[in-house]
Amino acid sequence: MPNRTVIPFGPHHPVLPEPIHLDLVLEDEKVVEAIPNVGFIHRGLELLCEKKPFQDMVLVAERICGICSLVHGIGFVNGVEKIMNIQVPERAEMLRVFWSELSRVHSHLLWLGLAADGIGFESLFMHSWRVRELVLDIFEETTGGRVIFDAIKVGGVKKNINKETLDRILKQLEKVEEEYRQIADVFVNDFTIAHRWSGVGLLTKEQAITLGAVGPTARASGLAMDTRMIKYGGYDKITMEPIVETAGDCYARALVRVREVYQSFDQIRQAISKMPEGGETEAKVTGFPTGEYFSRVEQPRGEVIYYVKGNGTKYLERFRVRTPTFANIPPLVQMLAGCDLADVPAIVLAIDPCISCTER
Amino acid sequence: MSDILKMCKTVVSSLRKKPFCQMYPFKPAKFYDHTRGHIKLDASKCILCSLCAKRCPTGAIEVDRVKGSWQINRYKCIMCIECVVACPVKPVKALAVENQYAPPMAKMEMEMFDVEVKKPAPKPAAAPAASTPAE
Amino acid sequence: MFESQEYITIKKEELLEKTAPLFKSGHRLVQICCTKLPDKLIMDYSFDKDYKFIDYRIELPLEGASLPSITGIYFAAFTYENEIHDLFGINVIGNALDFGGKFYRINETAPFNKVVKKEVKNA
Repeated sequence: MPNRTVIPFGPHHPVLPEPIHLDLVLEDEKVVEAIPNVGFIHRGLELLCEKKPFQDMVLVAERICGICSLVHGIGFVNGVEKIMNIQVPERAEMLRVFWSELSRVHSHLLWLGLAADGIGFESLFMHSWRVRELVLDIFEETTGGRVIFDAIKVGGVKKNINKETLDRILKQLEKVEEEYRQIADVFVNDFTIAHRWSGVGLLTKEQAITLGAVGPTARASGLAMDTRMIKYGGYDKITMEPIVETAGDCYARALVRVREVYQSFDQIRQAISKMPEGGETEAKVTGFPTGEYFSRVEQPRGEVIYYVKGNGTKYLERFRVRTPTFANIPPLVQMLAGCDLADVPAIVLAIDPCISCTER
Repeated sequence: MSDILKMCKTVVSSLRKKPFCQMYPFKPAKFYDHTRGHIKLDASKCILCSLCAKRCPTGAIEVDRVKGSWQINRYKCIMCIECVVACPVKPVKALAVENQYAPPMAKMEMEMFDVEVKKPAPKPAAAPAASTPAE
Repeated sequence: MFESQEYITIKKEELLEKTAPLFKSGHRLVQICCTKLPDKLIMDYSFDKDYKFIDYRIELPLEGASLPSITGIYFAAFTYENEIHDLFGINVIGNALDFGGKFYRINETAPFNKVVKKEVKNA
């Protein structure tokens, strides 16, 4: 029997901006087992619902994560609006779809850049982030923030966009899509990227189901699961199909994200065309939440779950978040078993880990 | 072989373009109308009602009605603009959002604005008198 | 538009026999959640297949609660069960990957179940 070595990976590692620790049990160069370790920066945000009124919890929810902050906010207000029976105006719903798809574009471009950086493709990293900057400019113009948007409130949205700005954004989006097409072409066709990622970090469809993978990680393994299909919020007016790849390796995960950006561009155009002219952007909120609901929304990284339970006071009884990265840790452990030590950074990056989400 | 050169098209075409980044300190940063930089108080308009301090979700604002001071902790402020929405002064609000970010500070301290305390002398006397006949 | 959800309350002993058929029929484990109410703890086990949401609910006493682990059926449950052990102090028996209370590096034991204990002392 060959000697077994345990190599600690993280919490500080060049490919990881955030602390996650993996104990890698190695036989020669092969990883036999990986034991994940999170919890270095646990913040206990869920308990804040005892001190903050439910309207202010939107601000907390948006600050759970820096990349998908807006979708976190939508997940929370969806749950509160369900238990308070609030009918959100149509324009506000379409604005939410518009911003959440725009944040999917910005999050996937960030990931594509980071993944290219992780395999040493520096110029592709720079160009991905250059395109992402154009998307961030649209965010700053419409919401006032580049990372934390603060555009969502219980009952509607805080900011409205006038028609001239929307027309200008549509033109800007055409420019972004043209620039993105050149970068996407490299991800799809380049030999070095396909060579580095093909066959690395395999996850079969059965494993994806039993281990509870979500988001692009699940869809790259052939599991057609996209929480947008339950038609929450304004998505009942948007036509879409989940994007599925069947290979189940890191390359398939990158391809799913590359194609999802095109899908998001399409959905942004649908949302703008279906946005009613004028009209209210927020509904009146009266009373306090009573009841409970598991609100499920699709983040760029996968399905996020907000459990809200109100007891008729202005403070929620329970506020729980299950983030996509938390659900993707067991599949990550499965992918790492049997891989080469040199492939570990690529596989960890491929699930798009967001540890600050996980340590909410 | 041509597969490896896919990136070259983008790289070569960017040789002909100007740098995408701005030379920030030498050229001013690009702001939009909505850009949330920092909260600014117009001390001449403030009526020291302390609604902003009550509405603030992080408790960054402190208002002293006796001494006439309005303080904000820039490290606590999360720029949610709830205070600007809550400000009751009409027609122009006393609080405003400035596009430029707050200047860096070497020490963690409150930023203080002195506000002149306007004596509401005639009003308290008049208000009870007006309310008693109504009852 | 909101999906309809119902919560089925089951007994603690029934958990494993209710979970095993779901595993066979290809449901995935969505999440496990623990909620502290003034007089009891509520455990929610959520499953999903083809966007159909199933939720099993177990009621537990506030102190000294214990649960059978479902990691024998769904291995992915180990993260949730370690989390619930660390934050709520529920003893999960037979966890396949037990961190022994070191999943979250926090100073206090069972911080999410703490406020209630204070109230009990005062009363």
